[in-house]
Amino acid sequence: MTEPSRLAVRKTYKLYIGGAFPRSESGRSYVVTSSKGDFLANASRASRKDARDAVQAARKAFPGWSGATAYNRGQILYRVAEMLEGRRAQFVAELVDADGVSARKAGELADATVDRLVWYAGWSDKIGAVRGAANPVAGPYFNLSTTEPTGVVAVVAPQGAPLLGLISVIAPVIVTGNTCVVVASERAPLPAITLAEVLATSDLPGGVVNLLTGAAPELAPWLASHMDVNAIDLTGCAAELAVTCEQQAAENLKRVLRPPNATPDWLATPGLDRMTAFLETKTVWHPTGI
Amino acid sequence: MFEYAPAPESRDIVDIRPSYGLFINGEWVDSLGDERDKTVNPASEEVLAEFTLASEADVDRAVSAARKAYESVWGQLPGRERAKYLFRIARIIQERSRELAVLESLDNGKPIRESRDVDLPLVAAHFFYYAGWADKLEHAGLGADPRALGVAAQVIPWNFPLLMLAWKIAPALACGNTVVLKPAETTPLTALAFAEICRQADLPPGVVNIVTGAGATGQALVGHPDVDKVAFTGSTEVGRMIARSVAGTRKKVTLELGGKAANIVFDDAALDQAVEGIVNGIFFNQGHVCCAGSRLLVQESIETELLDALKRRLSTLRLGDPLDKNTDIGAINSAAQLAKIRSLTEAGEQEGAERWSPSCPIPDKGYWFPPTLFTGVAQSHRIAREEIFGPVLSVLTFRTPAEAVEKANNSPYGLSAGVWTEKGSRILWMADKLRAGVVWANTFNRFDPTSPFGGYKESGYGREGGRHGLEAYLDV
Repeated sequence: MTEPSRLAVRKTYKLYIGGAFPRSESGRSYVVTSSKGDFLANASRASRKDARDAVQAARKAFPGWSGATAYNRGQILYRVAEMLEGRRAQFVAELVDADGVSARKAGELADATVDRLVWYAGWSDKIGAVRGAANPVAGPYFNLSTTEPTGVVAVVAPQGAPLLGLISVIAPVIVTGNTCVVVASERAPLPAITLAEVLATSDLPGGVVNLLTGAAPELAPWLASHMDVNAIDLTGCAAELAVTCEQQAAENLKRVLRPPNATPDWLATPGLDRMTAFLETKTVWHPTGI
Repeated sequence: MFEYAPAPESRDIVDIRPSYGLFINGEWVDSLGDERDKTVNPASEEVLAEFTLASEADVDRAVSAARKAYESVWGQLPGRERAKYLFRIARIIQERSRELAVLESLDNGKPIRESRDVDLPLVAAHFFYYAGWADKLEHAGLGADPRALGVAAQVIPWNFPLLMLAWKIAPALACGNTVVLKPAETTPLTALAFAEICRQADLPPGVVNIVTGAGATGQALVGHPDVDKVAFTGSTEVGRMIARSVAGTRKKVTLELGGKAANIVFDDAALDQAVEGIVNGIFFNQGHVCCAGSRLLVQESIETELLDALKRRLSTLRLGDPLDKNTDIGAINSAAQLAKIRSLTEAGEQEGAERWSPSCPIPDKGYWFPPTLFTGVAQSHRIAREEIFGPVLSVLTFRTPAEAVEKANNSPYGLSAGVWTEKGSRILWMADKLRAGVVWANTFNRFDPTSPFGGYKESGYGREGGRHGLEAYLDV
């Protein structure tokens, strides 16, 4: 007689709001399956109320995070990379399950995710120098333009690329001091929640990143029309949904990042666009004289 | 107040035609429709000229001309050649600046002192500045190979007609785009004069097209499927409509919209300078300024002293003939704008704020509104929340810097702000906390082509001016 094999302890996948892991207030969940169709988990299906709670958490976190020094934000992003590296095996396994990629490919994606975070971490105290300016005005004035974060950014993460794509849309938003509410890939939400566990243990203040799992067509319009959201990244929206969201975003003149024309190559080194889309330029004048 | 003899600038220097067509593909053409309107001198209600309300078909012609010019000429031209055209335009503006200043004051109602000393010098400077960029775009820090977008649809307001034209056309052309521009329906004349300047400069046909008209023309232009870029300066309400209408297109959009700027005066401020700054902040251009300092936040301990000094100063302002070189406050641009200012100031009184104006004779004809100050204003009052776009100042008080920041930022707008204090560290702290695109410290309403301008929140997005202003017209 053989020993019965040990029964695994499964994880409950919940939302990540304000640094805590609540279930959806609606009590709803949905079945997440592997690419082969096997049951993986019941993920929380976030509701409108969850989205609004997440916006509130992001707004609350904004003064502290945007007021932190750029050095500090860079260190925290680097810390996230360290934590992610430590959980590499877990992410590889989740990517194999979720995406149906080979273990080798999953390893490449996990490594690229860590490297992407390190890349953005370094930008925290450089983007201001690259995008700011001392302006030579024609008069006796000191005139300086600096970058500032736009505020609370809603992000609809790419439906494919559940880890690398996800980090590639979150990192550029938060490195400059924005806070965000992210709708994870509906089909493959589990890496997002595991990422939330990484964020929760990386000195990142609660509320800076809030992760919702569920249906983008249900959640995105609430975020697009929310009057306390300052910008929205529609990368993960299908064409029709993106149009609806952009229309709703006009109500309080949110900055809108439209979905890309073609599926992006997430492995390519990014440009500055995803950071600058959520930056404001502030110009300060002062007379010079004695 | 001292008596001054009238010192009017001569209007003979301008030559206004009785009637204007549209400027499309380098030619003056008649509309395919038959709608026309008249533009009046707001200081006298005298009709200055008749102009065309361009139809959808006219807009289509203009966009086609711009597209053709982009593809066959302008888009191919080396940057150094584009630069020389822009330098030429800048020089012609300087040569004709007196004439253009008079024309601007006639059509808009602003004092000649302002059109002559502020608007026109800035217009020429703007073309000079962006001319220099045209052959240096790869050094602008926007990538190694920044490319033009194509055809830009540009809609501008009536408060700084020629200056807003310069803010739009100069960077667009420098970056290699062609444009179709619609001036405001109450101030079309300087844009039409600019069309002549393009001809004097031998600018290739179709690079700049001017279509006059009102809202419907603007809508047709912004909504035209063959434009690649939309640039709008005007009200937040229209900005919202535009943002909605471009959804689902690949059009790049910049919007410069309304404001309700706080001008914050601390108890240690240099009082006389602050008073000048407050006056300049809200009464410059009759308060028809999106970044006007329309909310005065004064520290409670100096409220009485500051208001006494301010009232004394307001009593010396001269309201009247915009062409008189001594005039400080010109005419309100239109009857509609005057009605809006009246309705909001009436709401101010009804909601319990106290109204004050200096004794100030108002001419019999034309649209006028005296400099006005409201005290006892609460943050919930309409005059503290809505953009009045007139010579009306709402006064609120605060005790601590944190309260000043809280009140200043309590607005859906975020275009500009002013801070008056002699303490350097406090200026920098305030500048950091204020959610506004431009912060003037110990000064107000300064503009320069090298300095980016534009808002946070519902004041719009994108920047005009400086290196930042190039990004709006480039595919980067």
